[in-house]
Amino acid sequence: MNRPLENINSRRVKAVRCVRFIKAALLSTVLTVVGIQVGSDEAVAAGGGDNPHVVKARVNPQDKVSLQNGAKLYVNNCLGCHSLKYLRFERMATDLDIPIDIVKDQMMFGTDKVGSHMHTALSPELAASWFGTPPPDLTLEARLRQPDWLYSYLISFYPDESRPWGVNNHVFDAVGMPDVMGPLRESIGEEAFKKEMLDLTNFLAYAADPVKLERESIGRYVLIFLAILFIPVYFLNREYWRDVH
Amino acid sequence: MSWYKSIMGWVDDRFPATKMFEDHMSKYYAPKNFNFWYFFGSLAMLVLVNQIVTGIWLTMSYTPTGEGAFDSIEYIMRDVEYGWLLRYLHSTGASAFFLVIYLHMFRGIMYGSYQKPRELVWIFGMTIYLALMAEAFFGYLLPWGQMSYWGAQVILSLVGAIPFIGDALIEWVRGDYLISGITLNRFFSLHVIALPLVLVALVALHLIALHEVGSNNPDGIDIKAKVDEQGKPLDGIPFHPYYSVHDLVGVVVFLFVFLSIVFFFPDGWGYLLERPNYEPANPLKTPDHIAPVWYFTPYYSVLRAVPHKFLGVVAMGAAIAVLFALPWLDRNPVRSMRYRSWISKSALALFVVAFIILGYLGTKSPTDGRTLLARVCTVIYFAYFLLMPFYTSIEKNKPLPERVRMNH
Repeated sequence: MNRPLENINSRRVKAVRCVRFIKAALLSTVLTVVGIQVGSDEAVAAGGGDNPHVVKARVNPQDKVSLQNGAKLYVNNCLGCHSLKYLRFERMATDLDIPIDIVKDQMMFGTDKVGSHMHTALSPELAASWFGTPPPDLTLEARLRQPDWLYSYLISFYPDESRPWGVNNHVFDAVGMPDVMGPLRESIGEEAFKKEMLDLTNFLAYAADPVKLERESIGRYVLIFLAILFIPVYFLNREYWRDVH
Repeated sequence: MSWYKSIMGWVDDRFPATKMFEDHMSKYYAPKNFNFWYFFGSLAMLVLVNQIVTGIWLTMSYTPTGEGAFDSIEYIMRDVEYGWLLRYLHSTGASAFFLVIYLHMFRGIMYGSYQKPRELVWIFGMTIYLALMAEAFFGYLLPWGQMSYWGAQVILSLVGAIPFIGDALIEWVRGDYLISGITLNRFFSLHVIALPLVLVALVALHLIALHEVGSNNPDGIDIKAKVDEQGKPLDGIPFHPYYSVHDLVGVVVFLFVFLSIVFFFPDGWGYLLERPNYEPANPLKTPDHIAPVWYFTPYYSVLRAVPHKFLGVVAMGAAIAVLFALPWLDRNPVRSMRYRSWISKSALALFVVAFIILGYLGTKSPTDGRTLLARVCTVIYFAYFLLMPFYTSIEKNKPLPERVRMNH
C-alpha cells in the first residue's frame, strides 16, 4: 500500500549515502595525494625509474616477422654469451612460425636436439674471467627489467675511454658488456639500427612470457563466458528475491 | 525422487547430513537486509578453495630445494600443461584473499559485528587473518627469487631484534646461519601442510560460532527479537536458497574482475608478482629496494615509523594484536555505524585513510617527509583503537529502528 512512499524514502536514503560516500572518497583521495606529495620521489627502481634515457619500446607480440628477426639477431649476436635456458628451440620454432629445419641448420650450434633449452657454449668460469662477471641468462630479463629498459639499454651505448671496453651505457652505468651491436649500428645507420633493436626487444619480451598470446586469447573467451553467465544468475537471484520486502 | 529419499534416510539414520544442511543452509535464518559488503565472506571461502586446489597441483611440479625451486617455477610456467594458469591463479589468488579479507573485516568494524554475542566469531576471524599472514609469508619464499629471499631476510631479521634470545631464535627458525635450502624446505612444509590445516579448522570454527549466534546486519539490530508463531525471525530468510543465489551473482562479478587480472595483468604492474622475483635468489646481492607485498605494507610502515628496531617490531605486533581486543574496546551499545554519531563515523573514516596511506608508504623507500607522514598515520591507527573506549561512550546515538530496513 505504502510502497511508493517507501521507494521515495529508500531513494532519498540512497542519495544521502551516495553523497556521503563521494565526500569520504574525495577526502581520502586528497589525503592520499598529500601523502604522495610529501617527499619527492627519489627511488630509481629496477625498471629504470626516472632515467630520461629510458624510452618507450612499442613491442608487438603479434608481429611474427619482427619476432623472427629478433630471434635471428639474438642467436647471431647474443647467444654466444647469454643463454636463454628456460626456452626450448622447438618451442621457439613453433611459437614464432620458424621452420624447424632452419632452426636446426642455422640456429642450433651447441646441440642437435630440438627439445633442448637454448644454452650458451661459453663456460661461466671463462666468461667471468673475461667480463668480471658471467653474462646473465636473459630468458626472464624482459620481465625483470621491462621491455622499455631493454630497448633503451640496447640503443644507449656511448664511447667512454675510462671503461675497459671503451664504452659505457646511459641506462646501465659502468656496464660490463662491450658494445657488441656497435658494428651493426655503424653499418646500417641509427634509424635502421633502432628498428633492429626493437625487434630484438620484442623477441626477448616473447622469451620472457611465451604464453602471453595464448593466455589473452583464452582470457577473452573466459570473460565472454562470465558475462553471459551473469545474465541467468542475475535473473535467478531476482526471481527468488521478488517476494522479499 | 523416492530413491533419493530412501538413500538420504539411510544416511540420516547414521550421520546428520540433512540436519547439518538445514542448520547451516536451508534453515539458517539470515537477516534479509544484507548489502554489498556481505559478499566478501563467501568470496573469502571461494578464494580459499582456489588456493588449496591450485596449490595441490602446483605442489605436484614444484621442487622445494634451493637448487631447483626457481627453475621448477619456470618449468611450471612453460612445460606443465596450463601450469601458467595454475600459478597465476595461485599468485593472484593470494592478493585477492587479502583484499577480500580486508573488506570483510571492514564490514565487521563498520556494522559492529564483533560486539556481544559475536566476540568469538571476531576472535576466530582474526586468528584466520593471522594464520593467513603466516601462510602468505611462508609461501612468498618458495619461488626463490630475489625479492622472496630478501623479503624473508628482512622479516626474519625482525625476530633477531628480540633482546637476548633473538639471535638464537632466528637461527632456530632458519635452521641455518643464513636463509638456505633448509629454510626453504621447512617453509614449504609449513606452507603446504601446517597452515592450510590450521586455516581450514579455523574457518570451520568461525562458521560454527557464527551460525550459533546468527549473522549481524547493516542495521546492527537483533533479528531474533521479533519472531513469528513458529519462532522464525520475521526479518530472517533461509540462507539457502536466498543467499546462495544472491552470492552467486557476487561470485560471477568477482570472477570477472579476478580472471581479468589472471589472464591479462598477472604481474599486477609489479604489485602481484614483483619484478625482482624474476631473478633467482642471490645471497650476495641485495636489491636496491626491498618492500613486502602490498598486503603487508601498512604494518611494514608502522615498523619503520618507530625509530628503534625492537620497539618497531613491538609496534607492528601491537598494531595487529589490538584488533583482537576490538569487542572490548567498543563501549557503544549500538552496533552499526548507521546509528552512531559523527564521532565514530569520523574516527572510522580517519582510520581507513591512515591505513591506506600506511599501505602506500610501505611500498616506497623512506624519505624524511614520508617517515613523518607514516608516524602521523601510525598515531592515528593506534588512537582509533586506544581512544575507542572514551569516544564510543560519550557519543549520542540515533534511535534504532524496530525492524531492519531494506535498501532495494
